[in-house]
Amino acid sequence: MINNITGQNMKMETAVKGHSDALRPMKCALTVEKLNAWYGSRMAIQDISMGIGAQRITALIGPSGCGKSTFIRCLNRMHEVAEGGRVTGRVLMDGQDIYAPQVDPVAIRRRIGMVFQRASVFPTMSIFGNVASGISLTRFWSRRRDLHGVVELSLKKAALWEEVKDKLDQPGASLSGGQQQRLCIARAIAIEPEIILMDEPCSALDPISTLKIEELMRELKRDYTVVIVTHNMQQAARVSDNTGFLLLGQLIEYAPTKEIFTVPKDKRTEDYITGRFG
Amino acid sequence: MPRESYHRNLRELQDEVLVMGSMIEKALERSMLALKGRDLDLAKLVIADDQNVNKKRFEIEEKALDIMSCQAPMASDLRILLAVLFIVTDLERMGDHAAGNAKIALMIGNEPPLKPLIDLPRMNDKAIDMLHRSLNAFITNDAEAARVIVPEDDEIDNLYDQVFRELLTFMMEDPRTITRATRLIWVGHNLERTGDRVTNICERVVFMVTGKMEEMNISTY
Repeated sequence: MINNITGQNMKMETAVKGHSDALRPMKCALTVEKLNAWYGSRMAIQDISMGIGAQRITALIGPSGCGKSTFIRCLNRMHEVAEGGRVTGRVLMDGQDIYAPQVDPVAIRRRIGMVFQRASVFPTMSIFGNVASGISLTRFWSRRRDLHGVVELSLKKAALWEEVKDKLDQPGASLSGGQQQRLCIARAIAIEPEIILMDEPCSALDPISTLKIEELMRELKRDYTVVIVTHNMQQAARVSDNTGFLLLGQLIEYAPTKEIFTVPKDKRTEDYITGRFG
Repeated sequence: MPRESYHRNLRELQDEVLVMGSMIEKALERSMLALKGRDLDLAKLVIADDQNVNKKRFEIEEKALDIMSCQAPMASDLRILLAVLFIVTDLERMGDHAAGNAKIALMIGNEPPLKPLIDLPRMNDKAIDMLHRSLNAFITNDAEAARVIVPEDDEIDNLYDQVFRELLTFMMEDPRTITRATRLIWVGHNLERTGDRVTNICERVVFMVTGKMEEMNISTY
């Protein structure tokens, strides 16, 4: 059963004590309506409808192959890049369907940035260049007068500035795994997206780096909407405001995180998060 | 089941709560037998056994902590663990009440009886019965069974009222009975508190099953 937190500007139905973010009326940054996605003839996402709360962290959990990554890639039109990738349904951003024929997917991806499982730094490019590349590749820089200022601000927002400010000309690959992932986040931030999608951003990181990224997510929430796909349920519980549980391409349950991890309504959610699934 | 050993540990922990519950039932039974039969040795045994109850409580807490720290329990598992921690606290206090009554049995010693003990054993029996059923509800995840028990605490409260009024009459008629009557009022008070703690257990069982915190017992005392 899907909780009634779909649609725009609607209140979370369930009041959760002590969870102020979940209690706030939820303005949606994205509204997903009857989304289906395929790889060739294989259906990977089936009839998902949900609202992604603005300036909230929304986590998507579920077993391997449940469609989490496919779903998140549908949110910025990345799925259609995959071979045989096809999408039906609507994803509304500011009331406009991002899949409407006149919409430019590149413009959507600039507004909805993405951070991947493995830090995708340009290895030979400098730290500065890595962040600046996000701006120059999207031709966004021409409107900016102060490239250095943008790079510095992005690195600060990604909580990396203090660690790299004296070695901006060193290659991105010289950084540790956790730093590289924050560098990717800085690059995503540099183009000033409204939404940041994170696909397993910490799965290749050690616990300390993971905690830094999680802390960073909480900071980012002030300015951005964050959607995170994670295998780590503890991580979803720690950082997110709302959590959706996916199984076999369907959204089984979507509710405030505290509710999902204490009193899930659907038995399949309960079985999955308590390890009885399988 | 993918996390077999974890769930086995969780079930064992619940069984440990039942073991502790049966220790309390035994302590309550024995303390009343000691009071009725002026059995000072039995009273001493109840007092000594209270150490084992305390020990059992800490054992259960430690095991619960192990599961919490190593297994990251969630949802119903997390609620079970929370319920366990609260229930063992209530059981431990019930053990103290039973030991308290055993201590009163020692204080009374071989003084001549003020009156035959009728209502106090009834309160004791009722508390034991409620405790037994509340722990059954706990182990069978039966919120409804737990809910049914809560109003039965009124029976214990009413008996306590009755005992109190009766002993007050004794004291008013003959002030020389004040010491003996007061001791029996203490016994009644311990049993009244025992009943209240059973209702706490019932509230925890309801929380464990439904995830909702409800205050169900609005006690007179």
